[in-house]
Amino acid sequence: PGNLAGVRHIILVLSGKGGVGKSTISTELALALRHAGKKVGILDVDLCGPSIPRMLRVQGKAVHQCDSGWVPVFVDQEQSISLMSVGFLLEKPDEAVVWRGPKKNGNDRPGDSTVSLLASPAALLHMAVVDALRPYSPLGALVVTTPQAVSVGDVRRELTFCKKVGLRVIGVVENMSGFVCPHCAECTNIFSRGGGEELARHAGVPFL
Amino acid sequence: MKTVKHKILVLSGKGGVGKSTFSAHLAHGLAEDENTQVALLDIDICGPSIPKIMGLEGEQVHQSGSGWSPVFLEDNLGVMSVGFLLSSPDDAVIWRGPKKNGMIKQFLRDVDWGEVDYLIEVSLQDVRKEINFCHKVKLPIIGVVENMSGFTCPKCQKESQIFLPTTGGAEVMCQDLKVPLLGKVPLDPRIGKSCDKGESFFAEAPDSPATLAYRSIIQRIQESCSLRQPKGENLVGS
Repeated sequence: PGNLAGVRHIILVLSGKGGVGKSTISTELALALRHAGKKVGILDVDLCGPSIPRMLRVQGKAVHQCDSGWVPVFVDQEQSISLMSVGFLLEKPDEAVVWRGPKKNGNDRPGDSTVSLLASPAALLHMAVVDALRPYSPLGALVVTTPQAVSVGDVRRELTFCKKVGLRVIGVVENMSGFVCPHCAECTNIFSRGGGEELARHAGVPFL
Repeated sequence: MKTVKHKILVLSGKGGVGKSTFSAHLAHGLAEDENTQVALLDIDICGPSIPKIMGLEGEQVHQSGSGWSPVFLEDNLGVMSVGFLLSSPDDAVIWRGPKKNGMIKQFLRDVDWGEVDYLIEVSLQDVRKEINFCHKVKLPIIGVVENMSGFTCPKCQKESQIFLPTTGGAEVMCQDLKVPLLGKVPLDPRIGKSCDKGESFFAEAPDSPATLAYRSIIQRIQESCSLRQPKGENLVGS
């Protein structure tokens, strides 16, 4: 029961490292799923840097509550992507968010969606989120890293976390894998290479 | 804390902009003068990267009568991180609120740094992250560093902006909020490699535009510190 009953698949987008591209990947994944005809909900629980509203050009939209909970924002006319973000609860773009422990278990529910993507904050291991979602049997976690060892070093701990809390890992995505110079097409590995694949192998999970 | 002359907090409101990378190299740069005592404190409870970046992975910390002893990379460069307490690189650190706060307090209170000229603290992202916050609590701001600012292709030498400053980047932000822009550090693939190997990027690529940018920024930080009484905050933004 509850608002997540209409959601068929729940995917958590995690990392363990900040700035690797969870929000970007979540947004791109949502757009790709929409393109494939799916209805998608995005729950951006990045309490400290909610970027997704800006990425989908709905920053500044007001949200309100109805009897069944928070009403998410539809990012398109067809209403195929709905978004709820803590970013909507901030009044001004420069506002700082400081949440004390208990408040973090807010009432954000994405509503009726086929797929739900959650961009989870990097440096905080949110037992609360996992516990709250457990009754709804999430598909699993998409774990994002960048290639270099420093990122991988943080992300392997996140994989341990997933194992410890019984959260299935759908696979590892390596973001920022090389940059192709727009002038000469030379590909440079700005953030090193190979880390994502190695990490997936080490943890025994698919390298997506 | 009494024995620290200048405490520099490295903050950001955004993850992954390079706080650890920058802090490590700020420490390296300041410690190049053997007569300067530098301390690097990494209180990132959940993602402690500093040991790896400083080439100190696997080091152990010890407690003495006067508190936790930092790990000394050089005689004049001491490092402390919760990463030193984790026994395996796969260990997950799952702290609930009060335990986390207690750990941080203990770290700050109980590390025996000795006499220190500069204490660089890599701050948690989720607390004191905004320039407005700093203004509110009257934390002096040394300035802003724009990291990952441009990339020069090693083959054709042409510059690209990978992380486009679509709203003007740090420059506009600094003008708006009236804080100094200390400098811009461009992307250089050797930075990531050095961090992965735990070596100083300055030694690896002394002629890189990134090294030059760092040196200029570090000099401005030193000048700023010498102009004021102890305790300044340095915001890292991207």
